[in-house]
Amino acid sequence: MNRWTTFAAALALCTVCSAAFATVNIFACLPEWAALATELGGSKVSVYQASNALQDPHRIEARPSLVARMRSADLAICTGAELEIGWLPVLLQTAGNQKVQPGHPGFIAAAEFVDRLEIPTRLDRADGDVHPAGNPHIQLDPHNIAKVGLVISQRLGQIDAGNAAYYESRSKDFQGRWGQAISRWEKDAAPLKGLRLVPYHKNTVYLSHWLGMTEVMYIEPKPGIPPSAGQLSELVARLQAEPADAVIRTAYQDPKAAGWLSEKTRIPVVDLPYTVGGTAAAKDLFGLFDDSIARLKAVKK
Amino acid sequence: MFRKFTLAAAIGAAFVAPVPAIGADDAEVQKIRSEVKDLKQGYETRIHQLEQRLEQTEQRSPPAAAAAPAQSAPASANAFNPAISLILDGQFSNLQRDPATWQIGGFIPGGDEIGPGSRSFNLGESEFTVSANIDPYFSGVFIMAVSPENKVGVEEGYVQNTGMIAGLSFKFGRMLSGFGYLNEIHAHAWDFVDAPLVYQAFFGGQLNEDGIQARWLAPTPMFVELGVETGRGSAFPGSERNKNGINSGMVFAHLGDDVGISNSYRVGASYRATTAQDRTYDDVDSVGTKVTNAFSGDSKIWGVDFVWKWAPNGNTVDRNFKFQAEYLRRKEDGSLAFDSTATNLSDAYRSDQSGWYVQGAYQFMPRWRVGLRYEELNSGNPDIGLVNSGTLTAADFPRLAENDPKRTTAMVDFSPSEFSRFRLQFARDEARFNEPDNQVFLQYIMSLGAHGAHKF
Repeated sequence: MNRWTTFAAALALCTVCSAAFATVNIFACLPEWAALATELGGSKVSVYQASNALQDPHRIEARPSLVARMRSADLAICTGAELEIGWLPVLLQTAGNQKVQPGHPGFIAAAEFVDRLEIPTRLDRADGDVHPAGNPHIQLDPHNIAKVGLVISQRLGQIDAGNAAYYESRSKDFQGRWGQAISRWEKDAAPLKGLRLVPYHKNTVYLSHWLGMTEVMYIEPKPGIPPSAGQLSELVARLQAEPADAVIRTAYQDPKAAGWLSEKTRIPVVDLPYTVGGTAAAKDLFGLFDDSIARLKAVKK
Repeated sequence: MFRKFTLAAAIGAAFVAPVPAIGADDAEVQKIRSEVKDLKQGYETRIHQLEQRLEQTEQRSPPAAAAAPAQSAPASANAFNPAISLILDGQFSNLQRDPATWQIGGFIPGGDEIGPGSRSFNLGESEFTVSANIDPYFSGVFIMAVSPENKVGVEEGYVQNTGMIAGLSFKFGRMLSGFGYLNEIHAHAWDFVDAPLVYQAFFGGQLNEDGIQARWLAPTPMFVELGVETGRGSAFPGSERNKNGINSGMVFAHLGDDVGISNSYRVGASYRATTAQDRTYDDVDSVGTKVTNAFSGDSKIWGVDFVWKWAPNGNTVDRNFKFQAEYLRRKEDGSLAFDSTATNLSDAYRSDQSGWYVQGAYQFMPRWRVGLRYEELNSGNPDIGLVNSGTLTAADFPRLAENDPKRTTAMVDFSPSEFSRFRLQFARDEARFNEPDNQVFLQYIMSLGAHGAHKF
């Protein structure tokens, strides 16, 4: 009897101590959510970043390693809005982890919590790879980062209630610093207003919208459809008639088309990081916006 | 409406009612006035307090507001319609030899769905998929295949749950068996027009199971998956047995991981046992008479599979490479009946046969891929009791003569978008006894509707 009591006490103690030291396992589909989760979770979370800035977020392989990491996740943070539709459903379906199924507190589809742009009024694959829920590349508007940050903090407090106060204080601290950074960026980027851009894909729409820049045309004739030689020549003709300030290429895209277009039109290419890790300077979320703005301002000079 | 009117009337009456009080003495009026004043002050402080509290709540509220979705989904009964997709596929085939003479020499044929198909234009199987979550516990998938002969078949129709028990996923219904690597992948996602010869010989193309499958994923950073599957076992190499209980059993294990950021792999091993009862096939005897023979007994098969994928920095868009290989070995032990519809002689039968394929597909630029596949089968020399005893001769079982079928296949495919693909394939098929066949296929595969996710 006595032995059992000791055993039970030891077991209870173990459960308590393991709960106190356990970190929340976070599976972040994309680098921006990994960076945000690290900012908000600090030492109480362990973040696994499923993809890097050099990978096209639409086209990640549902690799066995990702399934294995999803299996042990307490919280999965993805963009949603069908950005990860080619791979995330396989991970969720094969990982055998109920905690991170959509509808549970352990799953965050970030795009649900922001105002999405470009929600199509007609859905037809003849228009290319359109996303019915709107443009999913939401991370390039820092206001969206702040909104998603609040959701992550709230969920962390829910999943790991013992550390709720910790998450709340980190959230306050981050939101404070982020708010100041936004004011600084908005002041700093004021000259970028009206800048005319030619991005490869519609993945910088939120940045342009935030800073009042205009995306005049795209290298891709339709989302997800690479341009043919004829379409590129047509683009050159259009740009000669209606010039732009910069051709935009983001870190994961092949530089060839943007480079060719720049050579033909003498419009400079700006290599944007797109997400955390996309350039050497974009090593965290603050760096992502610092560097994006600095690179855009460089063409203005 | 009526209630509102009554209320207004009552309030009106309340205001009107004090009017007759005019004329009451001053002291009483003063008293009433001071009471009203107190009441008014009391309300004002309370309203002020409430306003302050409201303001505080508003200041605190952004997290609560942010936690709710910003844009709501359209509310309509149709919003619950399941995801629907359709695969259209077809090919133009140019076959040097008459496809009616095609066989995998040395192997008991696995049904009539195998082989290079017919010449000229062929409509492939049109595949119609419907899938959705059923409730918070289950999701369902239904895949209907319509053959070019206008026959409708249920290719898959299963219910699944994932994570009810940590790490455990299960399916029940009709499904593609979890054996090996390629079997679970739908034909439209294959890198070649047709299944490897070893799949055609041992599974009659692709193995379906009516039954239940459970998989358990270990809670480790490395991918370690264990699975079991059991079912009716009526598909080749099993057969319909009109028997209660279960008629097939399978176990499988998969391991996988990344090697750096550019490489990833999965290895697997599977073992499946089933039983066949009067599994018939057609042959000719030594004098050229058509006969129907039948095998009854145990059919046990094991296999190993390996897949390696490479993409620079893990970005598959521009260039990527996929290497894939499988080895399968099947042992059948039971009895073989000769001319089961007439003479019906029967004696022991034992075979030990194997096959493998290795293939690679390389995307050298966006949209374009090239692929190469080489495969071999080894029929061994089956132990036929009727021949050993001298009742019949080996010439009475021409299909079971020893043979080592081979095939080399090359393909190039072009995908204008993620949803369309054209493929040109050339194969030198040496499945028949000493009669190589040169085959050319031009294939299209189109997918409409819901965007499916891609398995590794």
